Amino acid sequence: MLEVQELACLKGDRLLFRDLAFRLQAGGLLRVAGPNGVGKTSLLRLVTGLALPEAGEVRWRGHPIRREREAFHGELLYLGHAPALNDLLTPLENLRFACAAAGDGVDAQACVDALVRIGLANQLDLPARVLSQGQRRRVGLARLFLSASRPLWVLDEPFTALDVHAVADLAATLSEHCEAGGMVMLTTHQDAPFRRPPQVLDVGAFAC
Amino acid sequence: MLSTFFAVLRRDLLLAWRGRADVLVTLAFFVIVVCLFPFGVGAEPNQLRAIAPGVLWVAALLACLLSLHRLFAQDYADGTLEQLLLSREPAALWVMAKVLAFWISTGLPVVAIAPGMALLLDLEQGGLPVLVLSLALGTPILALLGAVGAALTLGLRGGGMLLALLVLPLFVPVLIFGAGAVEAELSGTGAIAHLLLLGGGLAGALALAPLACAAALRISTD
Repeated sequence: MLEVQELACLKGDRLLFRDLAFRLQAGGLLRVAGPNGVGKTSLLRLVTGLALPEAGEVRWRGHPIRREREAFHGELLYLGHAPALNDLLTPLENLRFACAAAGDGVDAQACVDALVRIGLANQLDLPARVLSQGQRRRVGLARLFLSASRPLWVLDEPFTALDVHAVADLAATLSEHCEAGGMVMLTTHQDAPFRRPPQVLDVGAFAC
Repeated sequence: MLSTFFAVLRRDLLLAWRGRADVLVTLAFFVIVVCLFPFGVGAEPNQLRAIAPGVLWVAALLACLLSLHRLFAQDYADGTLEQLLLSREPAALWVMAKVLAFWISTGLPVVAIAPGMALLLDLEQGGLPVLVLSLALGTPILALLGAVGAALTLGLRGGGMLLALLVLPLFVPVLIFGAGAVEAELSGTGAIAHLLLLGGGLAGALALAPLACAAALRISTD
């Protein structure tokens, strides 16, 4: 379903990796591993289409994503390293904007439910600037509960700044998504309690 | 369809309201720049009357430039821009929403207080409607052209200065026809030609600038 062929990534004038290839089938959970600076985030950005590869191709359902950008982005949920929160808006306003901007018709009550479920029931009306790092991360992650209809989730360090309980909760959510036929691709440096051991892609093996 | 457009428009207007101090700073800047001229060139009414259209237009242009660098900077820093680029709608559409919200929160207030500042410089009252009309047609062009510059200089060191160097030369035709419209009205030749040219410029900028801006944003976030 998601297929990456002979991908090469150039950062500045340094070649990060080349000939990188993998395949992610429905129900698959792929963990991108490797030391800092090896190009994990760059790989995720290439897969989402935010950056263009130096060589190679990313294919979704057999079509190159460059040619079918809109259809691909309708099936993709990408949560980057920055949680995409505006400090002047409340978590609820941020979440509603994120869903509306992505084109998901999600009503206010569903957004409130998602925030309550992720443990922000008491912070719904506070401006995002007073939230802690972990709470900010949770606001971004609340979108996962509202995006079950998007098959491909690409998550950059989703476990950063979360407490043990939240990590277990998130791992369960990701496992459920995979069991329902979705696909998850993520980077992380910590071990999370997934129900099935994830497929591991070591970017370091393709480094130049 | 257009869900991203309206989401961005609503959010940016809400943010402008929450951060209304920034809007007031822009307006105060406009007022102060206009007030500086009588101190510099002397309070001779005939002289002030003669330079009033140009002064008001330059001040409006600088006020617009002052807030332009904020257009994408916050969204770029917090990752919202990436999310918007991943939306299903063409980027040119929500770029238009951002520019529209920007113009409503910075351009429109300047247009609204410009007649007051014109009276301060003793501009003849017959020129006021044309002044407001020329600003109303011209400031959206400034916002659209400026958005392209803001997108190109996004994330660069010293981007603010570079932005000014990049877009000020592009603002020159707008300045010529904007200030020229008021002068033409006062000299009796009629401002219609100038206003039509400004309108044409606005139509052209509306059609092309969002596309250029979207392309520049993709390059900046790559």
